[in-house]
Order: sequence, then C-alpha cells, then structure tokens
Amino acid sequence: MVIASDLRAAREVAQEVLAEIARLGYSQACVFAIRLALEEGLNNAIRHGNGYDPDKTVEVSFDVNQQRAVIAITDQGPGFNPRSVPDPTSDENLGKPTGRGIMLIRAYMDEVGYNPRGNQIRMVKLNR
Amino acid sequence: MSEQGQRLNVSSEDGVTIVELTDRKILDEVNIMQIGEQLFRIVAEAESPKLVLDFTNVAHMSSSALGVLITLHKRIREKSGKLALCCIQPAIKEIFEITRLNEIFTMCSARAEAITTLG
Repeated sequence: MVIASDLRAAREVAQEVLAEIARLGYSQACVFAIRLALEEGLNNAIRHGNGYDPDKTVEVSFDVNQQRAVIAITDQGPGFNPRSVPDPTSDENLGKPTGRGIMLIRAYMDEVGYNPRGNQIRMVKLNR
Repeated sequence: MSEQGQRLNVSSEDGVTIVELTDRKILDEVNIMQIGEQLFRIVAEAESPKLVLDFTNVAHMSSSALGVLITLHKRIREKSGKLALCCIQPAIKEIFEITRLNEIFTMCSARAEAITTLG
C-alpha cells in the first residue's frame, strides 16, 4: 500500500495493520509493541526520509498471520546508515529531545533490519 | 479550581500545578505539538513552576512525546522549578526505563506523593 507523506494517512495504515493484529488475537503486549513500532517507523519515513515532501510517498507492506507480523516501511529519501545513529541512552545524549524512535523499535520488535540503501525498515513481531 | 484545556486538565493544589493528560494515546504529532504548546505556556506564565504531570489516562506514547517532556523539564529547570510525573501505567513506565529517562524524571506512583515531593 502506498500513502502520501502525511501523518494522517500514516495513522489510517497503522489502524489497518492493528485491526488485523487484533483480529488474529495477538496479546495486548504485542499490540502495544506493534503500535509503537508502526508509529515510530512511519514518523521516521515521513519526517526524516521524505522530509514531509508532498511529492514523495511511503510504501507500507504487511504480512500478518497467527505466528508473526512482518511490516516493511519504505520511503523515497536517500536512506541512512542505522549504525550511525547515536545511542540515545548514553549519558551525553540522555537530555536530548530527539533520537529515540529507532531504539524503541529495536527494543519492542523481535527483528529489525534495513535494506542496503537504508530507506526501508523491516520489522518482525512474534505472536507469543 | 479546575480548568479544562484542549488536551490537558489543569488544576492547582498547595502551590503545585497539576496537569492531567486527557488523551489515551499520545502518538499523533499534531496532538503532541498541541500538548507541548499548552505545557510550555503554563511554564512560561509561572515564576518558578512546580508541575505534576498525571499520566493516569495515558496508555500509549511515542518518542516525540518523550521529546516534549525533555524540553518541558529543561524549561522548568531553567526557571528553578520542579517537575514530577505520576500515575504512569506499567507499559509506559517501561518506555521510560528502556530509554533511561526514568533517571532524569522524578516519577511517583500517586498524585499526592508527587505533590508532596514538589512541596
């Protein structure tokens, strides 16, 4: 599914994914984690990836079954190197207001990976 | 006396301003900006703000909301004020712990405890 670089459109996609997850009976903790990861991933794609450019889109694909939810979010930005993102939990970064989205995704999802260009995040949550 | 804000319920007790976040989900960027603006206004209008932020209603929040809280904390400290968070649900508390922000913020289990802490 392809959406505009628009947070309202992102919310609608997130609701669709979450509805499917709820239908399949995922635990509350799983729903919490996926909601958070979707929010952070979509925000990153729209804000940092596409820079809110109305001419750019975000592609969201999801494959959800009883065992696991796989979600991929691809933006049209130049991509980034996930290893270059500073650790927001280090003492020198603790007081900074930004930079926690990626670490929260990593903390709450079971698998997180990026494509070589760095403009696609793939997240997996196991239903357990 | 209580004042109904757009996304905040603001009252005061013993010289402490108590702000109850009324949204269940603090995820939407627009909502977060509105909450931030209202909180920053409260701090700007106080000489030495003592603020309790009540999270009773909050079941979901994002990293952007954490960013607003960090900025709020900084502005309060710049005015020699104090901030305490209270009534945080376990799932939300975990976000603070994962990000180590529980080490920055004063977090209390009950509102009365938070008011006493700032008093």
